[in-house]
Amino acid sequence: MHMADALVAPAVAGTMYVASTAAAAYSIKKVRLENDPKKIPVMGVMGAFVFATQMINFTIPGTGSSGHLCGGMLLSALVGPTAGFLTMIGVLLIQCLLFADGGLLALGCNIWNMAFYGCFIGALLIWKPMMKSGMSKAKVVAASILGCVLTLQLGAFSVTLETLASGITELPFVAFVATMQPIHLAIGFVEGLITAAVLSFVYDARPELLYGYENDLTKEGRFTFQHTIAILTVVAMLIGGGLSLLASSQPDGLEWSIQKLTGSTEVASSGEIYEIAAKIQDQWAVLPDYAFHGSSSALGTSFSGIVGACIVIAVCVGVCYLFKFFRKKRIS
Amino acid sequence: MSKIGSAIYEIHHMDTIASREQWVNQIHPLVKLVLTIGYIAVTVSFHKYNLVGLIGMLVYPLSMFLLADLSIKDSIKRLRIVLPLVCFVGIWNPFFDHTFVFLGDVCICGGVVSMLTLMIKGLFSVLASYLLIATTSIEKICYALRLLRVPKLVVTQILLTYRYITLLLGEVNQMTQAYALRAPNQKGIHCKAWGSLTGQLLLRSVDRANEVYESMLLRGYQGEFGYLGPQIKMRKKDWLFFLFWSSCIIFVRMVPIVTIIGNFVGGH
Repeated sequence: MHMADALVAPAVAGTMYVASTAAAAYSIKKVRLENDPKKIPVMGVMGAFVFATQMINFTIPGTGSSGHLCGGMLLSALVGPTAGFLTMIGVLLIQCLLFADGGLLALGCNIWNMAFYGCFIGALLIWKPMMKSGMSKAKVVAASILGCVLTLQLGAFSVTLETLASGITELPFVAFVATMQPIHLAIGFVEGLITAAVLSFVYDARPELLYGYENDLTKEGRFTFQHTIAILTVVAMLIGGGLSLLASSQPDGLEWSIQKLTGSTEVASSGEIYEIAAKIQDQWAVLPDYAFHGSSSALGTSFSGIVGACIVIAVCVGVCYLFKFFRKKRIS
Repeated sequence: MSKIGSAIYEIHHMDTIASREQWVNQIHPLVKLVLTIGYIAVTVSFHKYNLVGLIGMLVYPLSMFLLADLSIKDSIKRLRIVLPLVCFVGIWNPFFDHTFVFLGDVCICGGVVSMLTLMIKGLFSVLASYLLIATTSIEKICYALRLLRVPKLVVTQILLTYRYITLLLGEVNQMTQAYALRAPNQKGIHCKAWGSLTGQLLLRSVDRANEVYESMLLRGYQGEFGYLGPQIKMRKKDWLFFLFWSSCIIFVRMVPIVTIIGNFVGGH
């Protein structure tokens, strides 16, 4: 996707240089703010790594053709978007000078089309949001494929726009887009698979190298005990207070069975012990039959749902704490 | 030679010819960098039907190739990377552009002219870039970039990447050769080994980066490079070189010199 100098008009090349320079200035500022002196040699070696691995031909099964690694996405997944962007600038300049892959004038366009989309869009819109709730192999694979496909599509679309804006080709916009996008969809998918394979390997071997990885064993879990309790309480209140209003007036499974056998939903009980128990229940029950005393309003049903849920949670938490307390005591 | 092997050869070859004692190699890198960018910008600014005017731009690369004793064949080989996309974009012009253009007395389809113009622009810009890298080392180009106020971080990045490219290319070459010897009838790397082969290289590269960092610390590195090569002063001949070629390029762009010479020789 490297654009040659012949494909851009000076005005377009200048505009893209300005845009790429702005992104580079932002990246430099960010990298300096990070104040990590180790990052610079790592960026240099990673740039050389991307350059070298882009020379490897990866066989695409069943096609007889081969694909290459997606540099931008890989770099941003390893060193982050801003450092990855700066590294890609170096790679693109060397590719342009040493191998005539791209051009000096078109360098601004190439930086934008490959480095900007690959690093910023790929990392900030796909990698980072996907890894926010914790990293997993499936997420690494999905983010790699999605990132490569999207960034290559954007890059190919930019190539189309830049070439058309330069007035180089007579090919109509629709025809140009219809040719560029599907080709790069296939390329993006293959590059995504290769990138996913490499990043999955890194995830298995040294996950701490991946951008945004946090060790789940050392960090405080995203769902702490307090968070879990708070969420459970809110959910219980929603279900108990809201959904209980929609509770069916029909008998439940047990009541239905009893009704079938005895003709009533409740089993008739007789005897002194039953009478005493019923008396105690009537006296102590705060919300008899899921309602306030002497009232059949819907508010009572909601209130009883909330209270019931809270009591259940309190009992569960209490039991858990007791279990932990005794367990700790036993271990010590 | 394998693709990686030829890439390593290409880098070493370019390093060798850039470090020759030719007088063109001794010209200040900033002059050559600015001239190259300016030349390419002027070349691509020619109108798509101005094929004759564009041919005049051959003066700079042709003269410099002869003066610097460089092989045009080597530089034309580099077109194999650029040409496919340029051809893909230009090949449609004859189908969509049916305007008629006069080249002298000959009437030609505008689409054909614009296609040829595009290809020649591609050729000239590749020649100019080759001329720069064949007469100026990467270190000197980076020095010129610093003079153009390109941030030190970016320049350091380029230098470090360049420094480790040959090293990592060598490793990739060894790994792919070892793989090819174990899978002789296979083209490329099988999908089962995509992750492990490249991943191993990546992990080794990361370890190498850490070693590099540690050795840099031992040499007094504190997060920034203070020194990016010896200072090169602008001499009188550098200024003269710049003024001469920039005037030539502007002159060819402004004056249809090829048409004038053609008319003069043709007696029109």
